Amino acid sequence: MTKVKAKVPEQVWRLAILAVIVITTFLIVRPMLIPKGFGEHGHFRSGALDDAVDRDFKFAGKSACVECHDDMTDMLAAGYHKKLSCEVCHGPLAGHIDEPEDVHPTFPRERGLCPVCHEYLSARPTGFPQIVSQSHNTLKACISCHEPHDPKPPNVPENCSACHGEISRSKAVSHHTDIECEFCHETPELHKTSPREHRPSKPQDRNFCGQCHGRAATTDTAAPRIDMNTHETRYVCWQCHYPHLPEAQ
Amino acid sequence: MKNLIKAKRRDVLKTMVGVASSLFIPKALVAEKAETKNFDWADDSINYNPYEHKWGMGIDINKCIGCGRCSDACKIENDVPKAPFFFRTWVERYHILENGETIIDCPNGAVDGFKKKTEEEDILRSFFVPKLCNHCDNPPCVQVCPVGATFQSADGVVLVDSDYCLGCRYCIQACPYGARFLHPVTKTAEKCTFCYHRIVRGEVPACVEACPTEARIFGEIDEKASPLHRFKRMNTIGVLKPALNTEPKVIYANLDMEVK
Repeated sequence: MTKVKAKVPEQVWRLAILAVIVITTFLIVRPMLIPKGFGEHGHFRSGALDDAVDRDFKFAGKSACVECHDDMTDMLAAGYHKKLSCEVCHGPLAGHIDEPEDVHPTFPRERGLCPVCHEYLSARPTGFPQIVSQSHNTLKACISCHEPHDPKPPNVPENCSACHGEISRSKAVSHHTDIECEFCHETPELHKTSPREHRPSKPQDRNFCGQCHGRAATTDTAAPRIDMNTHETRYVCWQCHYPHLPEAQ
Repeated sequence: MKNLIKAKRRDVLKTMVGVASSLFIPKALVAEKAETKNFDWADDSINYNPYEHKWGMGIDINKCIGCGRCSDACKIENDVPKAPFFFRTWVERYHILENGETIIDCPNGAVDGFKKKTEEEDILRSFFVPKLCNHCDNPPCVQVCPVGATFQSADGVVLVDSDYCLGCRYCIQACPYGARFLHPVTKTAEKCTFCYHRIVRGEVPACVEACPTEARIFGEIDEKASPLHRFKRMNTIGVLKPALNTEPKVIYANLDMEVK
């Protein structure tokens, strides 16, 4: 032993002792600093997942509402608001599930809530029903005309201009003013009650416009004529000309 | 000498075949291990194994009406501070003008909805973009956390261990999507959890529950029988900042090139 010790230089022994101290301290301190459960399921404390799930629901979800209020949810399911969750309008109601007598839903009866979705904004998708609330029955609450659980216009629109006002106003000042909407658009009757499920048609053939505007047309002689065989044959007319106001450039 | 070399070559070949075939063994073992792994919850009523799921969200830009019910529901469900700069999810409005300029606004995270802003004639196109934590498969926030307080669970959800978070804000800086904030009271990092407390109990996140147009779809990313799989099949899909290779699990349908 002494022989071995004599062979190893003293500085190496000192370093070895230092190394042993460092390694021992590391081995003792490490488990003290690393929290319980760290690394069991990844580089994190597995108890953190328990912390993440230890939280009460505020929104119970529509499936919970159905259990008692199936009369309302059935009505909802048949109308345009079928995708709407009850708690969007009536507030978070997880408490109402546990204590139906003490926690009550809110009933937004004033005009404020509906325009959050239905006020006209240019960024909203085309076809989504929108109003300009400044000009839409300003003094009335929305629910006085529309049942929110089955929303639809209070009266079935009588003519196209009831909904397509801008188009009808443009057409009224154009040369096409005497042409009925149905002349160009075949409109199923159901379009009036479910507009997006039953869409009107659009002329898909350039010869449709050619009936009046082709060289061979026999209608009103004042209509501008073009040679259908040479005039931009690759396109349908309405790709370049706006038929509701053909004068527009 | 010649015989010796021959014998060696045969041995070498044998060893090579052995080694090569053994390469396949560990992978099979590892895969089996991941499948059978269980998770014990402190709450016994939860019957959920993170190893059996992989969550993602699909957002259809064409369906978003900018009502902001998602960000409102999120604030309520998760007790997010009401101040107008703390959001786990929010909705941005993009106006791309005739002159090529892009205007983005997000008043109070859309919690109160939007108001008309730009003159109609100037707008070339406009749309809403709901945003939230992308739950990246390769999350930069997890890489930078010095203490392992931000992590990715086995089901792909990126979470924060607020008991262990130092509040150093590295993750907030690292997130390329601005999806994190420092909670003003606890001084720990906060972010979207995909409403982890809801999904382990079989419910969808609050924002998905609240969305009136089904613009947000939540589901399993890898399973075929999932609404998200249908979403991926039926739409043109994009993710935010794909060049960063963060591999987001929040995917967008009909995403405009102007969206940053």
